[in-house]
Formats: sequence, C-alpha cells, structure tokens
Amino acid sequence: MNRLGLLTFKGGIHPPHGKKHSENKAIEKAKEPKVVKIPLSQHIGAPCKPIVEKGDYVKVGQKIGEPLAFVSAPVHSSVSGTVKSVGMEKIAGGTGECIVIESDGKFEVSENVTTKGELENLSGKEILEIIKEAGIVGMGGAGFPTHVKLSPPPEKEIDLLILNGAECEPYLTADHRLMLERADDIVYGLKALMKVLEVSKGYIGIENNKPDAIKVMTKAAEGENIVIQGLKTKYPQGAEKQLIDAISGREVPSGGLPMDAGAVVNNVATAYAVAQAIKTGMPLVERICTITGNAVAEPKNLEIRVGTELTEIIEQCGGYSEKPGKIILGGPMMGRATSSVDVPSTKTTSGILIFNKEKAIIDEPVLCIKCGKCVDVCPINLLPVYLSSHAEHGNLNKIKELNILDCIECGSCSFVCPSKRRLLEGIRLGKNRIRSMKQK
Amino acid sequence: MESKLIVSSSPHIRSKDTVSSIMRDVVIALLPATLYSVYLFRFNAVRVILLAILAAVATEAVIQKIRKQKITISDWSAVITGLLLAFNMPASAPWWIPVIGSIFAIAVVKHAFGGLGQNFMNPALAARAFLVASWPVQMGTWITPGADAVSTATPLATYGTVNEPAIMDLLIGNIGGSLGETSAILLIIGGIYLLYRGVIKITIPGIYIGTFGLLYFVYSGFDFYSTTYQLLAGGLMLGAIFMATDYVSSPVNRKGQIIFAFGAGLITFIIRAYGGMAEGVSFSILLMNVATPIIERYTAPKVFGGAK
Repeated sequence: MNRLGLLTFKGGIHPPHGKKHSENKAIEKAKEPKVVKIPLSQHIGAPCKPIVEKGDYVKVGQKIGEPLAFVSAPVHSSVSGTVKSVGMEKIAGGTGECIVIESDGKFEVSENVTTKGELENLSGKEILEIIKEAGIVGMGGAGFPTHVKLSPPPEKEIDLLILNGAECEPYLTADHRLMLERADDIVYGLKALMKVLEVSKGYIGIENNKPDAIKVMTKAAEGENIVIQGLKTKYPQGAEKQLIDAISGREVPSGGLPMDAGAVVNNVATAYAVAQAIKTGMPLVERICTITGNAVAEPKNLEIRVGTELTEIIEQCGGYSEKPGKIILGGPMMGRATSSVDVPSTKTTSGILIFNKEKAIIDEPVLCIKCGKCVDVCPINLLPVYLSSHAEHGNLNKIKELNILDCIECGSCSFVCPSKRRLLEGIRLGKNRIRSMKQK
Repeated sequence: MESKLIVSSSPHIRSKDTVSSIMRDVVIALLPATLYSVYLFRFNAVRVILLAILAAVATEAVIQKIRKQKITISDWSAVITGLLLAFNMPASAPWWIPVIGSIFAIAVVKHAFGGLGQNFMNPALAARAFLVASWPVQMGTWITPGADAVSTATPLATYGTVNEPAIMDLLIGNIGGSLGETSAILLIIGGIYLLYRGVIKITIPGIYIGTFGLLYFVYSGFDFYSTTYQLLAGGLMLGAIFMATDYVSSPVNRKGQIIFAFGAGLITFIIRAYGGMAEGVSFSILLMNVATPIIERYTAPKVFGGAK
C-alpha cells in the first residue's frame, strides 16, 4: 500500500505558484477586533438558529448558534462581549443572518471550554461528539461539516484516511505555515480522526514545492503509523478525488463520495482544529488566513478570529499597495471574488487575495480553436470544450450524457484555454440547469 | 473604491497562451522552410507566398467586414492558411492560382462553415485539393530549384527511375516540388520547435509518420532505402507536422488523435503504394478531417470514476 516516490494524478495544470510573497512569513496573531460579525451559516448545509439575544453577554468559545439539521455545524463567539444585534447583515456574496458582538477586549473564555482529556482515554464516539460540538468544518474552503464526513453509513467501510496538506491553490500558504509551525497538533488531530474512523494508518499528502513541510511533518509523525506522502506539484492535487487517486490509486466512483472508495479526506487545518477542540476544548473560532496578492502592501499569514471584518485584516497588512481590482476569498483557482470588504471572515476564509486592476481583468474570450488543451488537463477526463458549448445551447441531455455532473469545478479548463473562453462558467450553468430540472 | 471591485466566477487567473501566441509560434516554425524555399526558388517563391498570404488575410478581413464581425486578422490564422497553401504549390504557379486558392480556403472552407474553429477540413489542404482538381496543369508543373528554373518532376514521380534524387538531397531539399515540401529537415526542425513550445504533441505526427513508415517498410520488403526515400519525399513531413496537427480539424482527445493519425498514415500508404497518384498526404488528411466528428464520438475518454 505504501507507494514510493512522488505521487500524482492524470491531467491538471501548472499555474504560477505565487507563494513566495508569503511562504516565509511566520503566522502572526491578528490584532484583536473590536466588533465581530459572525454569520450563522459558514458551512455547507442548513444554517444555525441563534441562541443568544441582543444585550446578552457572551464569552470566547460560547455557542451562539445551534444547528437545526445533521448536515450543519454550530457557531461560537470568537470574542467576549455584548451581543449588539442578531439579524441580516452584509456578508461575502450577499446577505446572511449574523450575530454582531462588541468585544470588551477581555477575551474571557467560556466555562465550557476545558480540556477533554487525554486522547488515549477518549472513545471514537466521544471524539466525534467533540468535533461536532466544536463546529468544525472543512477548512480547505468548501466548509463541509467534519462530523458528517466522519459519520459514514455503516455499510461503507473506511480504511483510508488522508490529510490534505497539498495546498495546491496558488498564492495560499496558510496550510504550509501551519505544517511548519504546528506540526505536532496536526499529527495529534490526525490520530484523533484515525480513532473516530477506526483506521490504523493515516496519510498526509504534501506537494513537493514544500520540502520543508514534508521534513517537519515527517519528524512530527515519527513513531506513529502515519505516512507523509510527497506529491507532485500540480493543480488540483488537493482535490479530494485526485488526492485519493494519487495516494491509493483508487477512483471515487462517478457521482459518488470519497467514502464510496473507502476514503475520507480532511484538510491539515481541520485536523489542527480537532486537536484544539480536544486539548483545550476551544471550538473553531480562529483560523489561519493568507493575505496576499500584488495589490497588498505586506503579504502575511494571520491567525484571525472568525467574524473579523476583512477591512481590518487588510489594514494589518499595510493596506493596499495600489488600487485593488479584485479581492478573492480563497485561492485564485477556486476562490470567490467579493464585491466589498466590509464583510466578515468565516471559518473557511483560507485566503484573502488582492489583485490590482491589471491582474483582475481577464481577457475577452475569442472563438474556440478546438486545441484540446482543456481535454488534456481535465482531471476527471471530461470534454470541457463540448460541455461548455452544449450547456450554453441548453442541450441538457447531451451534457448529462457527457457526465457534466462529475465536474469538480477546479477551473483547469478555463485556466489553460488559449481562447480565454469561460469554460467553467458554461459548465456551471449547465450543472445548475440540470439540478433545477431535477427539482421540478 | 470597493464598489469598483471586479466580481467574476473562478478561476481568476489564466495561462499566458493565447490564440495569437500559438499561431505566431506556428508561423515561426514555418519560417526556416519558408526562407529556404525563397533561397531555392527565388522570386517565384516570394511571389507565390506573398500573394497567398495577402489574399487569405484580405479575404478574411472583407468577409468579417461584410458580416459585421470583429476583424480577427491579427490572430495570424489567415496568415498560416495562406502560407501553408503556398507551401503546397509549385513555384511556377501563375499569380491567380494562390489568389484563388486563398480566397477559396478562407471564404468557402473557413467562413462558410462559421469561421475560426468551425471548419471541418483544413482550409489550406481543401483549397489545394480544389486547385489540383480544377487546374491540374498549373498545379503540377514543377521546376528545379535555382534561378534558371526548368521543368522537372517531383521525387515521388521519379521514384524508381534513373532520375530519382539522392536521399541527402531529399533531406536537405535540393529537389523539385512544391514550395514547402522540399526540405524535410527544416520542417522537422519547425516541428521540434512546436513540440518544445507545447503547441503540438508528438501523438499525431509521430503516429502518422510511424504508421506510414512501418507499412511502407513491410511493403517494400524491409527495404531501408526506399522507406527513407518515401518518408522524406513528398508532403509527408509538411502534412504530418503542420497540417494533420491543425487543431480545428483533428480530434480533441488523445485516443481520437491516435486513430486519426493512424488512419492518415494508412491512407497515405495505400495511395502511394497502390493508388494512381504519386502523392497521398493531402487526401489522407482531408479524409480523416471528415471522419473526425465520428472518431470523437466513439473515443470519448472514460470519465474518472468510470461513469458509463
């Protein structure tokens, strides 16, 4: 099972790394925010119901939003202070229900935040409950509630647990720094996850453009049944299906989830959050975020409290070095552009990428020359050129036949297209049309 | 300030390659052979090449103007069509041959089917076929290289006769023939440049040339000399490296490209070995161009995770 050398998958692209601006910057604690705006939906799944009211005094780590469904995760206060309001606020990409808390600057910790004891003395079930209560979600960007991933139906046997330390998104270095500076807690978190899933061996996949992280993690995992696996630097190496394929050679069946291949993948930052939830009892109220791009004065890796306004975070990096043209939450390949910065950060804000005007503008598309580059790079072996054109023409049966729903939206096709066609945009349109057709 | 932020869907970065940069690379790759043809055929070559390119570019501009489309002559694609068409002509062709050929290539083969990316055949090759069928004499009068041009036959026509040129002359190109097909070595150098730049992959030229070479080797009774002769003579290198690799008229997927190239090699072999014509490259590629949609349909790659 142990495959030697650098592993990878078929297809993919080699975008410029853009990591040198921030990869050598140690994690810094961000300035404490005076006000936090904590969205009640920071994950895939049902939003939370607020359990505090205006005027309530809350402490750090206190639960303030309760999930109403299984596929959801609670939210906690990241500061101590008074609840100013509960209601709709501007968030990235629109509006959403938020709890606004004015910090008293004391950061008094909630009584519930206490160590959960030694890992050895905890059962898998207990750890799962801790993870669920800590509001931990996938921190690579998608934000899928972690306890759901760790609760496969009994008929699905899981024997492969992988931590994703690939960080294949250009520019982002938050996971890289985390692996360098807090390797022991990542290993601790992985061991906890192994216990939950009852697997005896864990893997951590890291791209080989981070040799220092591979070295540090290998040392931290010494004596444990954990394999640190070097991976080829290629995007999207950190996509779940590609990572599973690279490490085990297994293909997640079309339309299926990793668990259908007996695998579970979590981000290294998620494992770190799990370790915190067990060791100190602190739920997920802080995360590490890379602030970078060619229009920010001083790129940094900051540990920020969930709910901090983006403006404040950007100011701590010296503000803009020139007029920003585009601000992206996450990486340049899969992140979302935001129309404003007076919105809060969330559990999934892995990066704030600030591009100047020039870098923000994407060339106008010209006619397709059928070069086939999108076909070569598609990690799922789809035909993006035809998917996109059929989707734009509304040939829904045709795109279903061409397996459009298997697209992982990595964006490699759009990246590589010499005609600058917005292939992924067309494909997303097609997927949405098929989904809305199904719902009717 | 923030209200001016651009919001678009991911991905937010793009590769540096553009249609123009790719097409420009193709022109660069064709330059050695172009310059050599000028050296060989002097003013005649300059005349044919310039007329073909100018006619192609002008036709594209006029059509796009009439159809009120964006004029895209700066993407180099019409330049390539004109240049490749000129490469397929004898240096002795009268002035109207390249002009009519380019107009046909751009107006009929390219724009009548929707313009760039929509043509189902390689415009230059289809135009060549049209010219050969309509004006066989003008398209088949070959002259010797040099200033004192005299009529001659092409190496494929003289193959097996006392007049056949030496292999070395074929490689270098000191032979009669159409403008671009004379020097195999310069075309190969151009091909290596395109491979290095990632414009083409080895799949199509490799399998095309390999299939033809292997079949001819067996057919000739494992005769190394005649196989090499056949590989270097005629338009095989030009066709395999620059025409069969045309993006638009070849399959987009690797498996399709393998079948496409194999088919082209097979047909070229059949025409050259058993057919009435000495040359088979252009018709083999045109036939495979037409077969491309069907090849693509039956060679769709297996989706990751194995959906049916």
